[in-house]
Amino acid sequence: MTRRGLLFKLAAVAFAAAAILAWQGLADLRLISPVFFPSPARTFAALMTIEARGDLWRPMAATCERMFYGWIVASLLGMLIGAAIARSSGARAYLQPMLEFFRPLPASAIIPPAILFLGLTSRMVVTVIAFGAIWPVLLGSYHGFRTVDPRLAEVAAMLRLKAPAYLWKIALPSALPDIFAGLRVSLAIALILAVVTEMQSAQSGLGFNILMAQRSFRAPELYAGIAVLGILGLFVNRALVALEARLLRWRTLKV
Amino acid sequence: MLARWRGVAVPLVLIVAWELGARAGFLPADTMSRPSLALTAWWGALGDGSLLQATAETFQTALIGLAIGTMIGIVLGLPMGLSPTVEAVIGPTFDAIRPVPSLALLPLALLIYGFGARMEIMVVAFACTWPVLIVTVAAVRNIEPRLIEIARMLEMKPLSGTVRIVLPAALARIGVGVRVAAGIALIVSVTTEIVLNPRGLGYGMMMASQSLRPDLMWAELLWVGCVGCAFDAALRKIERSWLARFNPVPA
Repeated sequence: MTRRGLLFKLAAVAFAAAAILAWQGLADLRLISPVFFPSPARTFAALMTIEARGDLWRPMAATCERMFYGWIVASLLGMLIGAAIARSSGARAYLQPMLEFFRPLPASAIIPPAILFLGLTSRMVVTVIAFGAIWPVLLGSYHGFRTVDPRLAEVAAMLRLKAPAYLWKIALPSALPDIFAGLRVSLAIALILAVVTEMQSAQSGLGFNILMAQRSFRAPELYAGIAVLGILGLFVNRALVALEARLLRWRTLKV
Repeated sequence: MLARWRGVAVPLVLIVAWELGARAGFLPADTMSRPSLALTAWWGALGDGSLLQATAETFQTALIGLAIGTMIGIVLGLPMGLSPTVEAVIGPTFDAIRPVPSLALLPLALLIYGFGARMEIMVVAFACTWPVLIVTVAAVRNIEPRLIEIARMLEMKPLSGTVRIVLPAALARIGVGVRVAAGIALIVSVTTEIVLNPRGLGYGMMMASQSLRPDLMWAELLWVGCVGCAFDAALRKIERSWLARFNPVPA
């Protein structure tokens, strides 16, 4: 089994390498346009140039900073509103239809009003990210708090736990897996919106840099920037999965 | 009945407060405008056809991109679902491409196609491929094994067996992935138009905001919301009838 697994891993690596080599070959033979599809070697060289120029880490930090601020605001608000709607049927009756209207609204649609209110600032970017990233957390939190095992609620009632203690000790841990699922989707959305809004508002960052690379027809830098964004997306997702595994250790222990 | 009214109450109160606050001068007229003005602007844009044309442009790219993304997703997903070997070999490569934020491809699409429908379709298709691909792989893997045995027994060629037996059996679940992708398609279309592409609903909003027509901007924002809601509802309805039609009889 393990030998088979190793063989598959090798085959997977070989396939990826073959794809990259094929691309390199096509580019070397000038079968694909070097203007639109620069070879992997040139792309990698461009990445090195960007790094040497100091145009890699600082923009990445700027993009990440806005992404995290927006995501954290969205997470806290989403968890609170989700919990409130799940706990109170009154809040559900009053708020749910309005939230149903906002949910399918493209988050980017609030960029124009956000620009009118806040101008082309970092605050505008964070607001847009927070608005767009709130929905998965809100829905996850709502679902998580709605589906707390009734027996756990009965235990809480028997122990005469007060509402805050019940929320903190019983409802929240039981809702956490759903909340984390929402948080992961939210983080992906936050990254997308961070890239989009900085393209829109000319804030320094990875998204703005790839737009500038396009404007000056530096295709290798454009590909390098897209690859970096892909790696960043993969990395933040993995980091959150690791955090989830740590925080929810009790869940895997139990099963 | 009462519950429905309670749902309307909050937005209604907000809109009335918005109108009164704007009339009394508490809200800045150059950003907040007034609901009544927005309604007038909406009626005007509807009347001269510009709003409907923008809506048609947005939906055109969203739907074509969705169709292309769905096809790529199914064509890639079928072999990956049918054969664990194929999935183990080519899966990781696609897993490596997937985390690229779809809208990061905007500058690339612009470089290749320039402004217009085609660049938007490319980005939408990229974004729509992934949900369809993932669901297709899962759906094909979970179809009744006996169906595949039947295809083998009938000595169908792999291609015709896939098209005539595997695909219909997996269609119901693939439909779920397509619905998710359709929601994404509309969002990506509007976003592309807001950020770069001079056409459609997103561009209309951006222009209204930049030419200091907040009334028109709010009108278009609410219109986008309504269209999005209607699209979402229509997709759910189609999915229900689709599921009823294609869901295989449980074994």
